[in-house]
Amino acid sequence: MKPDQHFKYTSLSLIFTWFFLFALLPFCLIVTASFLSQSESHLINTPLTFDNYKALNHFIYLRIFEKSFVIAGITTLCCLLLGYPFAYIIARHQGRFKNLLLLLIIIPFWTSSLIRSYALIAMIKAKGILNSVLILLGIIHQPLPILFTNTAVMIGLVYNLLPFMILPIMTNVERLDNRLIDAAHDLGANKITTFRKIIIPLTAPGMIAGSILVFLPAMTLFYIPDILGGAKSILLGNLIQNQFLIAENWPMGAAVSTVLTIILALFIGIYALATRGGKRRVWL
Amino acid sequence: MLDKTVGDDELANDVVELRGVFKSIHDHEILHDIHLKVNEGEFLTLLGPSGCGKTTLLRLISGFDEPTQGQIFIDQQCVNGLSPHQRHVHTVFQSYALFPHMSVFENVAFGLRCQKVVNAEIHSRVTDILKMVKLEKYIDRKPNQLSGGQQQRVAIARAAVNRPRVLLLDEPLSSLDYRLRKTMQIELKQLQRRLGITFIFVTHDQEEALSMSDRVVVMEEGYIEQIGTPRQVYEEPQSLNVAKFIGEANIFDGEVLEISNEKQVVIHILGKKRTTKTSRFCVAGEKISVLVRPEDVRVWNQHEVDDTKEMFAGTVEEVIYKGTTVDLIVRLSNNTLISSTEFFDEDDDRLEYKIGEQVWVNWAPGWEVILPHET
Repeated sequence: MKPDQHFKYTSLSLIFTWFFLFALLPFCLIVTASFLSQSESHLINTPLTFDNYKALNHFIYLRIFEKSFVIAGITTLCCLLLGYPFAYIIARHQGRFKNLLLLLIIIPFWTSSLIRSYALIAMIKAKGILNSVLILLGIIHQPLPILFTNTAVMIGLVYNLLPFMILPIMTNVERLDNRLIDAAHDLGANKITTFRKIIIPLTAPGMIAGSILVFLPAMTLFYIPDILGGAKSILLGNLIQNQFLIAENWPMGAAVSTVLTIILALFIGIYALATRGGKRRVWL
Repeated sequence: MLDKTVGDDELANDVVELRGVFKSIHDHEILHDIHLKVNEGEFLTLLGPSGCGKTTLLRLISGFDEPTQGQIFIDQQCVNGLSPHQRHVHTVFQSYALFPHMSVFENVAFGLRCQKVVNAEIHSRVTDILKMVKLEKYIDRKPNQLSGGQQQRVAIARAAVNRPRVLLLDEPLSSLDYRLRKTMQIELKQLQRRLGITFIFVTHDQEEALSMSDRVVVMEEGYIEQIGTPRQVYEEPQSLNVAKFIGEANIFDGEVLEISNEKQVVIHILGKKRTTKTSRFCVAGEKISVLVRPEDVRVWNQHEVDDTKEMFAGTVEEVIYKGTTVDLIVRLSNNTLISSTEFFDEDDDRLEYKIGEQVWVNWAPGWEVILPHET
């Protein structure tokens, strides 16, 4: 065996062991747990049952699923609309500020997102910075009640997840061949047509990759709705957390997790199918 | 330096005209005082080594760059300040720049769609042009499912379908292998005749330039050295740069001894006096460079010749067999090297020289070209 092949097999088997121990095995445990019954003394117990899944078919849970999807969807859309121009400008920026701009995106990540979410409270609370500035400028006269609403949750999610949208799009735009844009202009396309027909389709893989990277955590980040949404904002992430830690109903929590994983896997599967023909490489 | 073929007395049938065009980038001058008229329907080649400004010149015409100074006219309309999509010229890029997410049909239809041409017409025009470039079978393929030569033809079809006044081609053959390049040279020339569109073709390959063009513009370091037909630039180069760049060349220093009449001069070269013709204005005593093409140099065996008065003695230094020709490098008695290309023919099938063999070298009187002296 050649040395480089040796390295290849060692590193690959390390990665697979890692995935097996810390991703596949826990997932199997969760799936198993979701078919067991709740037990006061042992957390989970036999007999095997479908009751947990049957219980999920209740309007309260369905509402939470629906609300989580809507909020994650809007968050993804906001990230896309905000992140695309951002990513595009940084990627096309030729000067020496490019690395600085990149650093500015990454620096906030050096602080725990929990702390940053608490900091957001100070920004958006009734007498917070945002309201004070808006009142000072005479735009509003009453403080906006943002904190502890869905809007606050989405602000928090967008703020925390925006880089996950920016980075894949940026990589994609950087790879974009400038000569294709030149060719489009040369063939008589103005800037809008070029953007619509050339740049958007060619950066679609980046947008989709970014959307997946934003949408998945947006469904499950439980502490952001906890901190910014107040008690009334329960999303899937909180539901799972509550079932495990507060209600101590592990099988139920496991069932919610399993359903969520299946739905998200379906999303990725559809995306993979849709892009398989075009030989597009995805940044993931 | 302007060639006589681009005189002011010509009819105004030029599609592109450049007047006193300069281009500098970051204080570095890339193009210097370019004057050029491109005739309707001709195949014009911009020829020069890389970095001579030929691609920049193309980008000025297409509108991707603006000249620092000077004016560009397309159809007698000044196009300075117009962006590429407003100019009726199209470019075939070196990398082809085909849109990877579109089929061959959609690639070719792109320009027509931008002009809001109706669907039925788009369909017929795209199908017609694809037939012309023999790609009608590949209409639904994506660019990455095509070979290099096919991609090249899609790129040409995509530009030509819009019936531009001028088609600009930026080294479109350089990424193809030798054999395919030869085929595409012929196809491109035929296509240009069929389409009747003016082609401005950029290349650094002199053979390509000579075999395809109606006229060649030889460029060097931002200057136009010479504009002329392939025959003119090869047989009557106006400067040492042109002579060196186009074809193989033996170049010797010389001196004008006397001017016998209008066209005849006596020159001193390689220690001998020779009488030759030139259309160049010479002064007696002037230093000159003398160009002799290797295919004009004849090498004689010792016992083949009697009269060696007009000949130069030398020793064979290298023999390179090339199939149809034998190339010889001969060291003359004054240590100068001269190269000669000998063709096989029925009268002279010998062409067997040994390294170190003593030979006589000469060329037909009047076949040398007198050029201004440069060091």
